Order: sequence, then C-alpha cells, then structure tokens
Amino acid sequence: MTASAPRPVLEARDLHTYYGGAHILVDLSFVLNDGEVVVLLGRNGAGKTTTMKSVMGLVRMRAGTVHLEGADITGREPHVIARAGMGYVPEDRRIFGDLTVMENLEVGRQPERPDAPVWTPERLFGMFPNLAEMRTRQAGRMSGGEQQMLTVARTLMGNPRVLLLDEPSEGLAPVIVDQMAATIQALKAEGLSILLSEQNLHFATAVSDRAYIVEKGRIRYEGTMDALADDAEVRNTYLTV
Amino acid sequence: MGEFVVTLLTGLSSAAALFLVASGLSIIFGVTRIVNFAHGSFYMLGAYIGVSAVHAVGGGAIGFWIAILIAAAAVGLIGVAMEVLLLRRIYRAPELFQLIATFGVILVIQDITLWIWGSEDLVGPRAPGFTGAVTILGQRLPEYDLVLIAVSPLVLAGLWLLFNRTRWGTLVRAATLDRQMVSALGVNQRWLFTGVLFLGSALAGLGGAIQLPKGGADLLMDFNIIAAAFVVVVVGGMGSIGGAFLAAMLIGLLQTFGIQIFPNSTLILMFLVMAVVLIFRPWGLLGQPEIPGHGVVEAPEAPLRPADRGLRIVGAAVLAVLLLLPVAHLIVPSLVGDFSLVLVIEIMIFVLFAAALHFIMGPGGMVSFGHAAFFGGGAYAAALLVKFAEAPMEIAFWAAPAGAALLAILFGWFCVRLTGVYFAMLTLAFAQIAWSIVFQWGEVTGGDDGILGTWPSDWASSRIAYYYMTVGFVVAGLLALRRILFAPFGYTLRAGRDSPLRAAAIGIDLKRHQWVAFTISGAFAGLAGALFVYSKGSVFPTAMEIARSFDALLMVLLGGVHSLTGPIVGATALTWLNDLFSELSYWRFLLGATIIGLVLLLPNGLVGLGETGFGRRLGAAPDREVPA
Repeated sequence: MTASAPRPVLEARDLHTYYGGAHILVDLSFVLNDGEVVVLLGRNGAGKTTTMKSVMGLVRMRAGTVHLEGADITGREPHVIARAGMGYVPEDRRIFGDLTVMENLEVGRQPERPDAPVWTPERLFGMFPNLAEMRTRQAGRMSGGEQQMLTVARTLMGNPRVLLLDEPSEGLAPVIVDQMAATIQALKAEGLSILLSEQNLHFATAVSDRAYIVEKGRIRYEGTMDALADDAEVRNTYLTV
Repeated sequence: MGEFVVTLLTGLSSAAALFLVASGLSIIFGVTRIVNFAHGSFYMLGAYIGVSAVHAVGGGAIGFWIAILIAAAAVGLIGVAMEVLLLRRIYRAPELFQLIATFGVILVIQDITLWIWGSEDLVGPRAPGFTGAVTILGQRLPEYDLVLIAVSPLVLAGLWLLFNRTRWGTLVRAATLDRQMVSALGVNQRWLFTGVLFLGSALAGLGGAIQLPKGGADLLMDFNIIAAAFVVVVVGGMGSIGGAFLAAMLIGLLQTFGIQIFPNSTLILMFLVMAVVLIFRPWGLLGQPEIPGHGVVEAPEAPLRPADRGLRIVGAAVLAVLLLLPVAHLIVPSLVGDFSLVLVIEIMIFVLFAAALHFIMGPGGMVSFGHAAFFGGGAYAAALLVKFAEAPMEIAFWAAPAGAALLAILFGWFCVRLTGVYFAMLTLAFAQIAWSIVFQWGEVTGGDDGILGTWPSDWASSRIAYYYMTVGFVVAGLLALRRILFAPFGYTLRAGRDSPLRAAAIGIDLKRHQWVAFTISGAFAGLAGALFVYSKGSVFPTAMEIARSFDALLMVLLGGVHSLTGPIVGATALTWLNDLFSELSYWRFLLGATIIGLVLLLPNGLVGLGETGFGRRLGAAPDREVPA
C-alpha cells in the first residue's frame, strides 16, 4: 500500500440496489486505492455479492455512481466495464464446464493494456501449475479447488487493472485456501488493485490492507486490518456468528 | 435388398433439409434462449429466394450453386434483421415474450411471401449435372439424392470446425453455458447474438434452397417443417448439433421406411419415436439436462391476490354488459347485430381456452405449445359421439371435457417429467400426434372434411339461448379456475413453480400436482372445445392444428402471463383483432405487424400496461435483475 498519497482506482458512491421491493444495498460507498487489497467483510446475505455485481454492471443499481480510474462506469454494460479494466471472479466460479481449460482461458482473453500486467496462458500456468497439467481437460471434470484457480486465471486473461474476487476461499480445502492467499499476494505484487469479499476473517487478515464491514447492505465499519484486529467489539458485533 | 438400400439412401437424403433447419434452430436457442418459431418461415423463404436467385443468376453448372448460397446468405441477413430490429429490443423482457415476437414474424413473412411470389406452388429448378438417376443394386435413385446425402455430414463437419477451432465458436459455446459470465469477461454479447442469428437463419435458408430440386416451394412449408424440426431438436438434445444430425437421420429413415409399412401413419410414427426417446432419455439422445440459466433470475413476481374491489366492480360491469347484450340486440338490432352475438360467443370461448392454458402456464410455470390438442380433443370427443352414437347435446357436450381430460392424463404423464422448453416441445409433439390421428384417420374422423351436424338441442338452438349458455359456462369455468388457484392446491402449484427443490423438500409431490393441474387445464380447454363445436355445428382438424395452439399461447402472453385477467384481456383482444382483420386481403401481415408493435411497446403484456400506472400502487411492478 502506498502510504503517502493513496490514489483511488475504484470508487463506489452511495449505491442503492433493489431486488424487487427488497432494498439490498443502502447508501453503500467504498474506495479501493492503487495497489491495495481491500476486503468487504460480512455475514451471509449482508450484500457483499450484490455489491460486486452492482459494480460490475451485472445488477442494475437504482442510484449511486461507480468510477474506475476516474472514469464514470455507472450503468455501463458488463462487457464495457470488463474492457475498461475490471476483472470479476464470481463467488460460484461459473467456469464453462463443457469447455476445456484452454478454451476457458480463451473466452477470457482480451487485448493487452498499458497500465496492467499482461497475462498469457503460459504465464498463468506458471502461477497455477495444476492447470498446466490439464490443458485439454473438460473444466467440469476438475475439482473445486482447480476450478477456483481456473476462474481466477480466466479473469486474468482479460489483463485487468482491478480485480473483484467474490469469496475466493469459500468451500475450499485449507491447503487450497493457503494457495489462494499466496496467489492474491502475488497479484498484488504485480500491481493489481484487489477488492475481495470474505466471511473468513483469518484469510482476510492474511491478505488485506483495509476492511469494510457490510451488514444489511450498509457499511458499518471502515479501517485498516490492524485497527480491526484491535477492535474486539466491532468483530463481535458484526462478524462472529 | 436393392430396394432396402435405396429406401435407406432416400431416407438419408430426405433428412438433409431437416438437419439444416434443426441445427439452426438449436444453435439459435443455445445462445439466445429463444425458441425461434419463425425458423420454419426462414426455411420457406430459403426456398422462394432460391427459386428467384436461380432465375436471376441462371441455373448453369455453377450458377445453380451460387444461387443456393445467395438464398442462404439472404435468409441469414433476414435473421439478422429480425435480431437487430426486434429481438434486441426485448432481450430484457421475460423470455417467453420473445416467442410472441417470432409469432408475429411468421405471420408477416407468410403474407410477404404471398405478396411477392403469389399463391401458386413453385416448381424447383433442377440441379445441373444431377438430373439423372443412378442404378444401385437394380434400383434407381435420383442423382440429386446423393448430393443431399453428402450435404449433412459436410455441414456437420463445418459446424464442428467452426465451434471447436475458432475463437468465435468457443465464445458461442461458452455463451450457451453462461452468457452473463461471458459478458462479464468482456465479450459483447450483441455480436455473438447477431452472428448466431445469421448462422442459424442461413442454415434454415440453405435447407429450404437445397431441397428445391426435390420439393419446390409452397406456402405451407413453414408450419410443415417446424414441427418436424422441433422433434429433431428435442430427440437429438437441445443445443447438440451432433444430436440434431443423429435425430434427423433417424426421422428421415423412419419416414421413408414408415411410408412403406404404414402408409397412413407416418406423422404419428415420427412423434411416437419422440415420445419413446424422451421417456428413456428426457434430454434427448445427446442433450444435457436444462441448466437453470445464470443471471436470468427474475425478480419474484407479485403474489396473486384475490380480486380487490375495483376488479370486482369491473368484473360485474362486464358481466352485466354481457347479460344485457342480447336485450340490446332485440331492441336495437341495427346497432347490436346478430354478428355481434356470434363474435362475443367466439370471444368467450377463446377466453375460456386461454384461461385454461394460463392455469398451467402462469401459476403452474408449465408452458404448453400444444394446448389445441385438448381444445380440439374435446371438440372431437363430442362430435364423434354425435356422429357414431347420435348422442344429444346434453350428453355429448360432457364428453368433451371428459375426453380432453383423459387425453391430458395420458399426455401429461409424459410431459410433467420434463421442464421448461423440453416440456413445451413435448406438448407440441403430442398435439401433433393428436392432430395427425384426426387428419389421417379419415374413416373415423372424416379427415380433412371434418365432422358435420353437431348442432345444439332445440332449447339451445336459438342464437340468444346459445349465447346465454356460453356465458354461463365460461363465467363458471373462469370462477372455478380462479377458485382452484386460491385453494391450497393452487398455492402448492405456485410453490412448485417458484422453487421445485424446496417444494420437494417439504414433502410436496410436485409432479403429481403438475399432472393434476395439466389434466384440469385440459378439461377446461375441452369444455371450450365443446362450446366451439356446438357454436359452429362442425369440427375440422384445424381445431387442433399448431396455429390454434399458437393462438392460445399468444392470447396468454399478449394479455400478460403474470395476471389472472391477462388471458381474458389477451383472448378478447386477439379474437377481436382477428375478426377485424380477417376480411382484409393481407390480414396476416396486419395481425403480425400489430403483434410485433404490441411486443415492442408493451413488454409486460396488455395487462402490464395497467400495472405500470396504478399497479405500482399495489407494488406489482418489481424491478428485475437484468440479464445483461
């Protein structure tokens, strides 16, 4: 984290999202600075996934604005937002099960951009050695952990500037969770700015610089991971089950 | 032996057009999730444009083939035009609504074709170099059949390369699995959709053009091929091109061999094969279970509510007008003529029919493409009793709902095992079985000549008496359907529609409930059929043809599937429009254009029009999670 002058790369301001009559996101704002890893913490149903989908244009917001690198992307279509440099890794992986590993990567491929690291399948196989051994395997026939690696790799093929990672540790074996944490740190080192959502405080603490706590679609707390570690009351109120 | 081989080859050659049309249908459905009813129309256009192109280019050794390709490309562009001008504007509307749009396109294309090429059947040009016949094991086979036999595998191979060896093909396959995710990865879906529409439509056009030397071009090609194409797609497996190939070959062979063994029952044979395949492989030979589409989650629809005061007042007013209409007819016959009564009787009948379909479609979540089977089934049950037992109306009339219910019990047992588009296609297939039995079994049903002489008993024979009888039955029917929906059975049905898994988890035998609902719906459709057959005094196979099923579907969708008043409004509007336009020469075009216009203007149905304004007050117009 650049301590001196944080430069925002992703700014969401006053988001309101509804499903039918249900008010899911209420006046939700957050900032992701250049080179930062920021986590949205919260229980199931707090609105973390909806936040990510709203930012990505997959869910239509009723109000609020989203800026990526200073450009207004509010209400743009998902493919436009993706091409503007936003990578999205969904919670439920959503790999293309009938396609091979290589084909999944091909779907994610987008032109290089000057301000973001450039990825090729070979480079990604370096980062995810498991995938290298199953290039022609049908993605639907891989284990959950392998699918999780593939969905991250697929998104990286778009050479994103900002990465949205929705619950990357969910449902994974502990050894794979460690691998995922190492991956996030490596991506941070590459210069990516990362917003992740998590319920796993331990995992979040290991990889994140700052945290927002989301409850009932509202931001309840904002602070560095160190500050959160010292604040037992906040953790007990919003995070323990 | 020789005869066997030649029959085999003939079967394979006749499968070519079917494969081309079905693979196009399957490709378009895979990505857009739209069942393109207009696909048969594209096939027909391919044939007509092919004839004109051969005339323009000249049917020489090269010219003929260039003309065929021109026809395919032209139809591909027509498909693109449909996508860009029409479908693209309504991707965000409920999926079923796009069906209506393609209905409209069918009607428009029928009249445009009639207007450009006239009503005479066109003889197809012959393919230069393939005009003779070859002799195989002592039997003669047209040379062109060999060309057709070669076309299917060539196209299959080409499609395989396209989908497995190009980036575009990879994107299309990915979009077939999860199109929202594809767009979140930066792919502009519009170009995929447009490309897919071009490819799928061009394949249909190619199918129509390439069969010209054997079949020519006529105005019935669209409906004739579409049912068979649905069968092929369903038997092969939705979205599987290899499956479409296998199924087309199977159906092609079945038809050529079947015609030798059962000359009068080829149509039935085809649909029976489909039924058998679906019992053992519900998702077709090479298909996969339907995936609940990602990102197309609709906001939960507003719960059905018992009629509020406003609706009760409107209902009472409408009923009062209906009851007073004959009085007005007696007092001022110049204003309310005999024909008004006839029209209102017809409207009432279709209101009941549409409400019966809506019963399973809306609250039940089961979309039937073949509900005319029960309407016509009821009508024929009554007519057959009159014909063979000289039953009086009081008895024969009740045979209609009973007969239709029996038919629904039989068909429903198969259908409720499937969901979504597979369910819809299977209902269409069963309706076609019923239709082809009626059509081909002339000794009993009179075939195309129908059954005459189904007149009401003396007491109901006057126009006004029959009018009141119709009003009585239709109003009672509507109230009964409504009552069932607000009974625990209706709640169960809606629970099963919204979440089959959760319903099962709390101990509901959903399939059984759906089966019962299907039967109830069939019975009420049969009741409408009874009213119909006694109002006309006759019944013809048209009472159960595809167009009749489509009409009912259109009424429900146009009225608005999410509302109980939707089918009533939709049936009234459509029957009235039909009547209004029917005396004009290009009425199909007008009706189709009107439908398309309504779809573009009112993506929530006619009843949705009211919802946008005062429906919000009731919280009945939820925002939808937008499938991007």
